[in-house]
Amino acid sequence: MIATTRRVLSCAVLAAFALPGIVGTAHGATLDDVRAADELKCGINTGLAGFANTDDAGNWVGFDVDYCKALAAAVLGDASKIQYVSLTGKNRFPALQAGEIEVLARNTTWTFSRDVDLGLTFVGVNYYDGQGFLGPKSLGVSSATELDGASVCIQTGTTTELNLADFFRTHNMAYEPVPIETNSEARAAYEADRCDVYTSDASGLAATKATFDNPDDHMVLPEIISKEPLGPVVRQGDDQWADITRWVLNALISAEELGVTQANVEALAQDGGSDNPEVQRLLGSEGSMGAMLGLDADWAARAIMAVGNYSEIFARHLGPDTRLGLERGLNALYSAGGILYSPPFR
Amino acid sequence: MAAPSSTRIEQLGYLWTDERLRGIAFQVLAVAGLALFFAFIIWNTAANLKHAGLASGYGFLLDPASFDINQRLIDYESTSSYGRAFLVGGLNTVLVASLGIAAATFIGFVVGLMRLSNNFLVSRIATVYVELTRNVPLLLQIIFWWVVILALPRVRDSISVADVVFLNNRGIRMPQPIFEDAFQLILALFVAGCIGTFVLARWARKRHELTGRTFPVGWSAIGLIFGLPALSTLFVGLPVDLDIPLLGRFNFEGGFNVTPELIALWLALSLYTGAFISEVVRSGILAVDKGQIEAARAVGLPPGLRTRKIILPQALRVIIPPLTNQYLNLTKNSSLAVVIGYQDIVSIGETVLNQSGQALEVISIYMAFYLTLSLLTSLMMNYYNKRTALVRER
Repeated sequence: MIATTRRVLSCAVLAAFALPGIVGTAHGATLDDVRAADELKCGINTGLAGFANTDDAGNWVGFDVDYCKALAAAVLGDASKIQYVSLTGKNRFPALQAGEIEVLARNTTWTFSRDVDLGLTFVGVNYYDGQGFLGPKSLGVSSATELDGASVCIQTGTTTELNLADFFRTHNMAYEPVPIETNSEARAAYEADRCDVYTSDASGLAATKATFDNPDDHMVLPEIISKEPLGPVVRQGDDQWADITRWVLNALISAEELGVTQANVEALAQDGGSDNPEVQRLLGSEGSMGAMLGLDADWAARAIMAVGNYSEIFARHLGPDTRLGLERGLNALYSAGGILYSPPFR
Repeated sequence: MAAPSSTRIEQLGYLWTDERLRGIAFQVLAVAGLALFFAFIIWNTAANLKHAGLASGYGFLLDPASFDINQRLIDYESTSSYGRAFLVGGLNTVLVASLGIAAATFIGFVVGLMRLSNNFLVSRIATVYVELTRNVPLLLQIIFWWVVILALPRVRDSISVADVVFLNNRGIRMPQPIFEDAFQLILALFVAGCIGTFVLARWARKRHELTGRTFPVGWSAIGLIFGLPALSTLFVGLPVDLDIPLLGRFNFEGGFNVTPELIALWLALSLYTGAFISEVVRSGILAVDKGQIEAARAVGLPPGLRTRKIILPQALRVIIPPLTNQYLNLTKNSSLAVVIGYQDIVSIGETVLNQSGQALEVISIYMAFYLTLSLLTSLMMNYYNKRTALVRER
């Protein structure tokens, strides 16, 4: 009898200690988790031309996908060790918060409330975007300030509705919002003339326009009504992982600044391959930057080897030679008229 | 001194051996265990959510929403709060659900009777309709009707009715009545007519029960409810101005607009649920004992009265419980609106969720809203069910 009681008691005590253990699923060392799983879980778009969509063979390709590859190459040494998790605008943050993915690279706008209130950390900006309007040329509108009384199709899912309301309110204009969640239905509504113009991030508009039967019958209006700095996001609270994700992005940008490309990175990374000390530090032939991050010395070299530098990634998925045909614009290096700028590697 | 303590021990032993008391004790233990279990689950979930930075309460409902809504039954601007945006969305859901329930019930009863018709063509048409609509997923039907409406003429080529009502692929634009002060008189007469009808109907029923004489309540009701206000306009004129829509640069301005999304959703929901209701109605009518109809015929009731007084009251007993299910289904199915951009509570909630990032809070609001709406519907239908059931007892 006494023995039974003792057993029951010890069970209860054990349970009491175990309970907080269930609660305390601390996201301490994301890097360890990634290494243990030998796979990076990367959250991407469900399908947006240029940023993340599947090619004919069913592989994910795009601007955001390449960031995932660079990160996987830097951390795991293999750009293919990625589990892509395609997420909608709605479930992307819960997926990250709940630990289903380790990094979110999904056209996500860096805003105050997301950064501060949601327990997230934005590690940088990989695309400076802004919300614009797409309209048929036959509408005879040359500026968004002429849109008083128009119907506006909205692809919901980012801060689109808010910017739109602000824009029309500050210009004292009326409009009818037609908010539709999926890109295909929103496109159908625009093509059927349910609305006069279609609004979304300018890069998304270019992607949509590229898929029309007659892309030249439509134009993106000159006004950009919002700032949409898009970038990778991680959970708050793991500074080491945030540093890794931030500096992988910076490495891609610095590589462009320093003239390191997918083609020449291997040669430059060898001892004596480059005379430039910053290139040597970036590629790990000098200093111990990899170790500071908890990675090995040639982490950045591997990332660049996998996907190239920023300009190569941009040209491959978004640039003038692609269907999207986007200019670098704001996303050019600071030295070339844009605002893309990486802190120094030293 | 020893005697009382021994009795106490005996009493305690009695507690253990008495079957009834033991049963109660175990039940109390079971309830306590269950409560502890759920308390632990809730506490653990809350703690984990807080840890993950996922939950931060409902305070955000007071923050400004900063987005616009195209269909508003109450005043709303982009400076209104998230809470008010939810209210607007909730009312839009209630609107399409009530319109849908009314139309689906009408369609259901008509088609249900049609299927029982002896006329081959009529019953076959009803069968084809039922089989076609209830076997195609509702989501596809919603998109189908939306695409059909989007194929209507563009704004500039609107189909106009007497130059005041305009039909195009952005909806139906109608004149908006603007009421003057004298309209209150008409409204008062209308209310008085309604009350009068209610009193009259009670009196007529009493008299019918006492003397067996009938009174044409239906016709007098129309006279009281609509005739009185109509008559008064002869004296005060029609104190209503019309705001007639005019074509602007992009859209019609003025008047009010029924959006294509509302029309498409309403059509799809009504036609889909109407098919199910028609089957419910058919089964209800078939459940009425044949002898009842024969008896009604034997006492010489004409066909109309036979349906109204004998068949329907008995069929309703069978119809109402499954009918309630269909009403609940229709209400919940209206959340598919989000696909075509009808701004119901889910569509607005998604925008709120995107802007505020409060996923769990928003989803809990959805759940509470649909639960409340469904329980209210059930409550009303159960009340009605009780009344029809009583008719049988009498």
